[in-house]
Formats: sequence, structure tokens, C-alpha cells
Amino acid sequence: MSTLQTFASLIYLISAVCYVIGVHLMRSPKTARKGNLLSGLGMIMAVIMITIELIVEGKIMIGGWIALLAGLALGIIYGVVKARKVPMTDVPQLVSLFNAVGGGAAAAIGVFDYLYADPGSSLSLVFSIPVFLDIIIGGVTFSGSLIATGKLAGHVSGKPIKFPGDRLLNLIAIIAIIFSGVLIIGFPATWWYLVLALVASLVFGLLMTLPIGGADMPVVVSLLNAFTGLAVAFAGFVIDNQVLIIAGALVGAAGTILTLQMAEAMNRSVANILAGGFGGGDSDTGAMADVPTNVKETSADDIGLQLAYAHNVMVVPGYGLAAAQAQHEVAELAKLLTDAGINVNYAIHPVAGRMPGHMNVLLADVNVPYDQMKQLEEANSMFESTDISLVIGANDVTNPLAREKGNAVSGMPILDVDKSKSVVVIKRSMSTGYAGIPNPLFSGDNTSMFFADAKSGLQDIVAATKQYLE
Amino acid sequence: MTQQLYTNLAIFILSLLVGFEVMSKIPATLQTPMMSGANAIHGVVVVGAFVVAAEANNVGFYVLAFVCAFFAAINVAGGYTVTDRMLGMFDRPKNDTHKKDDGGEQ
Repeated sequence: MSTLQTFASLIYLISAVCYVIGVHLMRSPKTARKGNLLSGLGMIMAVIMITIELIVEGKIMIGGWIALLAGLALGIIYGVVKARKVPMTDVPQLVSLFNAVGGGAAAAIGVFDYLYADPGSSLSLVFSIPVFLDIIIGGVTFSGSLIATGKLAGHVSGKPIKFPGDRLLNLIAIIAIIFSGVLIIGFPATWWYLVLALVASLVFGLLMTLPIGGADMPVVVSLLNAFTGLAVAFAGFVIDNQVLIIAGALVGAAGTILTLQMAEAMNRSVANILAGGFGGGDSDTGAMADVPTNVKETSADDIGLQLAYAHNVMVVPGYGLAAAQAQHEVAELAKLLTDAGINVNYAIHPVAGRMPGHMNVLLADVNVPYDQMKQLEEANSMFESTDISLVIGANDVTNPLAREKGNAVSGMPILDVDKSKSVVVIKRSMSTGYAGIPNPLFSGDNTSMFFADAKSGLQDIVAATKQYLE
Repeated sequence: MTQQLYTNLAIFILSLLVGFEVMSKIPATLQTPMMSGANAIHGVVVVGAFVVAAEANNVGFYVLAFVCAFFAAINVAGGYTVTDRMLGMFDRPKNDTHKKDDGGEQ
């Protein structure tokens, strides 16, 4: 080991330590930002070190420099601009897109090194096994994450997509992956083995993600994120670089745990989600058959009056608020009430919004104070003293049926909205939520429904409330 | 088993264990930022892009190195930026005197 290599190894080790401590700090809201910055610092150190190594070794050709620098410059510009400009409601699909290209880059390293090996030469297992795993996992995450991005962004239908023969095609893809593995690992390098592995993994990624409903996408994105970590780790084996192995394995393991926690918070199992889920995807699927009959309708004007004379108001935001991008309106209403001396809090279910924790991010973005956001348990202790609960686009997370046995939401932790003195539900229609079952809350004695889009409905309520507060 | 493989395998397995351990129960509030932060960390694949670019010696390999660098750079640069944006919202000063720039309720 030359002096430079020793020094480089030490720097890589330090940067790996930065990632681990960074992730550790990110577990608490107080230190999370520092954690991310620390991990970013580790990343910058690693990039500077590899640049120095390349310059000192001097092996890289001018064409290599051009390809590298052009790719980096364009990628950095694209990534930073996208990350700066994206509205907070669209963050999930952006993370999924970043994950796709990460998997793509890992697969590209495997492809490169496989093609770089002399054609027809036998490969050592130390090389061929990680190359195979890198290409397969990278390929699956690349196409799978792109579909997930499309589903979250609405370019691809959020409903589970199934077609005749999909199971058979799936089976063929799996067999092709295994076959390509045998060829790549057991036989001298030939380019079409590589093509087979790539095509099979890309097809498998598509088939894995298409049948999964939009509401389950967050869990899938998190799982694919963990996959990319593993692909990067195997790319590290291929090019014998330890920082890739450490960081990749770290993300692979941490991402797996995170996926399980997310699935748990949504009361779903990862196996169920991958098997294609129950029910029929996102809300809008009619199911008017079981509509409770004795539903009271109310108006914006009436809600404004109720709010203006309340003492304690609890806002219960849900997927409908995120989808309608109504966070500005809700913050405006809350500010109006707070300025009039009314207590306003937000009851945030762990899975409200589009992803666990996403609702907090949306509300923080519109300056809602952190201490007004109450998590499940704290919120549930407050409902009995709440005058009005304003349920905005939330459904399953408030369904009292969860306390009973034998239905799709049984056992799911819910917000005890029905315990507050009165409940106003803002919702576009009586359609069921993701679980596909009716919500008795809507026909409760103390519940009134306001059928409107979250955004325009809230605008009307703000206007109505203003006139009663003056 | 070669020394190199043994070392790499040991590093891999121990890092997996560290990953499992460091991600004990985290609040739901932080799950989305955490996912995004982990996503940024696997952007370390950008180091691999440097390594392959150094080996490239014909047009085909230059193209592959370019694609690899482009993808990895998006992952790493975008990943850290968007994570920081999300987390920045949590540590904004409480009584932010932004009294609304465009005179909302005057």
C-alpha cells in the first residue's frame, strides 16, 4: 500500500463514520439536520479523496475526464434544481426518482466492469458473483423506482395494474434472472449474458411495482431504497472499494428496518403489499352501496360560525389535504382562529398524508409551529376536551370500526375523533378510503359533512369564519 | 477465500449489523426525511463513477462512465439537497416574524 492509498483508506473510513453518525443523529428532530449535514460532509470528503487519487495516479484518459466531469456537472445541476424547486407535496416521487438513478448508476458499474473484462476469459467468482448481484438488484430498483415515481406523480395509474399472463411473465423473468446468473457466474464473459440479465431485471422491476396500489407506494419506495443500498454495496465488491460497501450495506440494512416500521405504521405487512394488496388502490373507488343513510350535511357558513365560537379546535389532516395541496389554506384558517384566542392543534396520524411523516413536513412548510402538531397518543388524550374536530380529507385513520374485530381496519391505531363534542368532515364524497369499508364516523350524531374539495372548501370556511370573528 | 474477499465480506456484514442497530424505533415524523437521507447516502456510488471513468479507454466505455456519473450525481446532489430542505422546516425559529411578505391580512 502506497502512502497515498493508506491516506485514502483512512479518509474513506472517516467518511463512512460520518454516514453512520449522521444516520444516528437523524433519528431525533433536534439533531436531524446536523446528521444530514454530517453525512453530506463525509460524502464531500470521499469525492475529494477519489479526485486526488485519480489525479495522482494519472491513469485516467482525457476522454474519461470529459465523460466524468460532464456527467457530474449535468447530474449535479439537474439534481439540485429539482430538489430546490419541488413542492413539498411532490417530495415522495422525487426521492423515488433519485433512488432510481442511484440503482441505475450501481448497475452501470457492474455492466462496465463485466464488459471491461476480456471477452471469453473466465472470471473469478470473487468478481462474477458481485457483478451479477449488482446488475440484477440495480436493474430491478431502476425500473421499479421509475414506475413508483410515475405512480406517485400520477403519470402511471395509481390503481394496481394487472393483466392476463402477468404471473407467467413474472415467472419467466425470474427464470431468466436465474439463468443469466448461471451464465455470468459459471461461464466465460460474453456480452449477451449481460443483456439477458439486464432485460430480465428491468422487466422484473416493472412487474413487481405495477400491481401495487398508489397508497402502498411509500413502503415500496422505501424497500427499493434499501435494495439500491445493497446494489451499491455489491458495486463496491466489484471495484474493491470499501466506502461503497460500508455505505451501501448501511443503507440496505437501515432501509429494511425503516420499511418495516413504515409498513407497521400503516398497518400493512410488506409481504401483503408485494403480493398486490387488498381492495382497489386509492380512495375514489365509489362503493356507494354501503353509504350510511343518516348523514347530516353542513355549509361553510355554518362551520365558520361554529369555529368562531369554539374554544378548542382540532384539525385532523389526511391524504385529501395533501392531494388538494390545501396546507396553505388550513394554516391560514388556524392563524385566523389562533389570533382570535382560540386553541388550535393538529392531530397527526403517523400515516396521514402520502408517507409516514409527510404531513408534518407539509405543515412545517407553511409555518405551523411544531408544538401544535400532536402525535397520535397526545392527540387522543385531547379529543374529549375538543369542541370541534375538523377532519380534512382523512378517512380510514378516523374509522371507529378499527376498535372492533373482523374488518379491514381492525386493530389499526386510529385518532379518536368521534370523542370530540362535534365533528366536521370535509370530504369530496362519501367514497370509502383505501381500506374500502364505510366509516360510521360520518353518520355519527355529532358529525356533519361538508362535501367539497379540501382547498376550495377551506377557502370558503376561512371567508365565513372571518365575518363571524369581526 | 482470498484475503481481499474476506476483508470486504467482513466489512459488508458488520456494516449491515450497524445499519440494523442504528435504525431502532424512529418517530413517524422523521420517516420520510430519514428515507430521503438514506437515499442520499447510497449516492456514494458517485465514487464508483470516478473509478470506472479512470478505466474507460474507448467511446463505449466513455458513454457508460458518463451515464454512471450523471445518474450518481443526481442521486447524491439531489438527495442531500432535498433532505436538507425537509429537515430545515423543523428547525425554523418558532415565532418567525415573517408577518407575511405580500400583506395577506392587512
